[in-house]
Amino acid sequence: MSDIILQLKDLHKAFDGTGVLRGVDLDIHRAEFITLLGSSGCGKTTTLRIIAGLEAPDRGRVLLEAQDITAMEPNKRSVNTVFQNYALFPHMNVADNVGYGLKLKKVPKAEIAERVKRMLKLVQLEDYGKRMPDQLSGGQKQRIAIARAVINEPKVLLLDEPLGALDLKLRRQMQLELKRLQKQLGITFIYITHDQEEAINMSDRIAVMNEGVLEQVGTPNEIYYHPRTSYVADFVGNANILHLDGHTVAIRTENILMDGEEFCTHEAAVEEKSFAGGQLRILFSLADGQKITASRFGIDADIQVGSRVRIGWRPEHAVAVEDGGR
Amino acid sequence: MKRKGNWLLLAPIYIFTLLFVALPILYMFLLSFLSRAEVWGVDFDFTLDNYGRILEPLYLNTFVESLKLAFLSTGLIVMIGYPYGYFMARMSDVWKRRMMLLIMIPFWTSALIRMYGWIIMFRSNGVLDRVLMGLHITEEPLKLLYTYPAVVVGMIYALLPFMILAVYSSAEKLDFTLVEAARDLGASSFMAFWTVSFKLTLPGLLSGVVLSFIPSMGLFFIADILGGNKIVLVGSVIQEQLTKGRNLPFAAALSAVLMILTSLMIRLYRKITGTKELEGFM
Repeated sequence: MSDIILQLKDLHKAFDGTGVLRGVDLDIHRAEFITLLGSSGCGKTTTLRIIAGLEAPDRGRVLLEAQDITAMEPNKRSVNTVFQNYALFPHMNVADNVGYGLKLKKVPKAEIAERVKRMLKLVQLEDYGKRMPDQLSGGQKQRIAIARAVINEPKVLLLDEPLGALDLKLRRQMQLELKRLQKQLGITFIYITHDQEEAINMSDRIAVMNEGVLEQVGTPNEIYYHPRTSYVADFVGNANILHLDGHTVAIRTENILMDGEEFCTHEAAVEEKSFAGGQLRILFSLADGQKITASRFGIDADIQVGSRVRIGWRPEHAVAVEDGGR
Repeated sequence: MKRKGNWLLLAPIYIFTLLFVALPILYMFLLSFLSRAEVWGVDFDFTLDNYGRILEPLYLNTFVESLKLAFLSTGLIVMIGYPYGYFMARMSDVWKRRMMLLIMIPFWTSALIRMYGWIIMFRSNGVLDRVLMGLHITEEPLKLLYTYPAVVVGMIYALLPFMILAVYSSAEKLDFTLVEAARDLGASSFMAFWTVSFKLTLPGLLSGVVLSFIPSMGLFFIADILGGNKIVLVGSVIQEQLTKGRNLPFAAALSAVLMILTSLMIRLYRKITGTKELEGFM
């Protein structure tokens, strides 16, 4: 049994002459939770739609278990999708929605009923079979959409920002649940999000995508601590990108040291202070005009806007990166 | 909300309905149980003769013929109108406007005048014959005017827009992601259409059916103009009884039966779709 279940080879796709994918290569392992992370318009949804067969690439191939499925109809692929807006069939009740795929495969009625029941139990909505989709909350619709896809026992499950429409608290809870479900089912999950926290929380590996190419693929640790490009450093770690002596380095905001601390060798002016996300953020400008943001816990610091201070960082916190897109 | 003010605000529509819908219908039903006066008007003696007369083969046959024509026209209207409305909803906005314009242009002139237009098309050596003979598809005039097919074409022409608009209005609301979801879950393109698109546009299709079936029972001027007097519909009989026959009670009885038939159709429609509204229209 090969460890690689899905391969994307040199995928290209353009819409109206605009290149959305510009050479995407990715090997996806069996039973892994991999996240395509990027801002909107980076091509992650197009990649997913190509894997699902809802879009055809202009160039490149998709291999599922070493078999070329690039030209295969979406209904013939052992791949299922959880759509961003759930896409539950409004004219069918929950049980019919979940059983839809099995009914098409002409599975006997009794078996469908049995498997639907089991699946609803798995997503903790056992008593909801008779409900119509418009009687469900957002989180419940989400679970039904997942159940409807997973019941077909796909080799790969694609999830297109499935938690995007939920509120923060529910999103956190669903993140854990999805992760639990993936471990339990042992299915490969390809997950799309623009939320780096979500990606780091859930993924075995993250593929950071920017302007139609993969900037870096790696574990959350690698992506966070060893960003390869300035784009990855900025997008995943909210790092400062500085150009120093002909090199580009990324330094995360929490690693910027301020007045009085060791290594403070740079003269800087305090431009702005703001409080956001439980952190105080201070914006400095260096003598050469480059901006640096530092973050601290707490809601205020002694530093006054307009004053000049000395700032710096430990050399090991300055990670050399390539100049990425942007 | 049970405040008096609200009732007052709604009063005009109730009064209007009462005056112009309920009372005339009541008047018509009353009339249908009376008998015809010697010269003009009605005699106030109760009778069921008018309804009995409808069962005479001549009139019963008119009903049967009208129903047949209505079913045939509606069937053809569905076959042309459903794909038109469905695909129009899938087009880009520019093409939607163009297709919509094509449907709307005929409404710029009166329906009656447009029917006379069909006479010019259909008559012997008319436009259609000349084109067909000019292209050597046919060798001699088809003599289509005053035939059954001419009436069917007229019906389709007059009623097609209602079907198209009804289907369009429900296809427009169809979320195409649902079709993709069906494909993703293993449906062939036909099955995805059948189990999702068709089911979700069915209310539109059925309201189109109601909107074309009911008028096609009564649009007597189409049968008169394009069918000569060979094809007699219920509508024509009612009109004849009213004007030439001066038999108000019998005309009223015919109308009553027609009305009951059509309201049964609407009941059936509601039963199938489980809705109370005609999609996009009422």
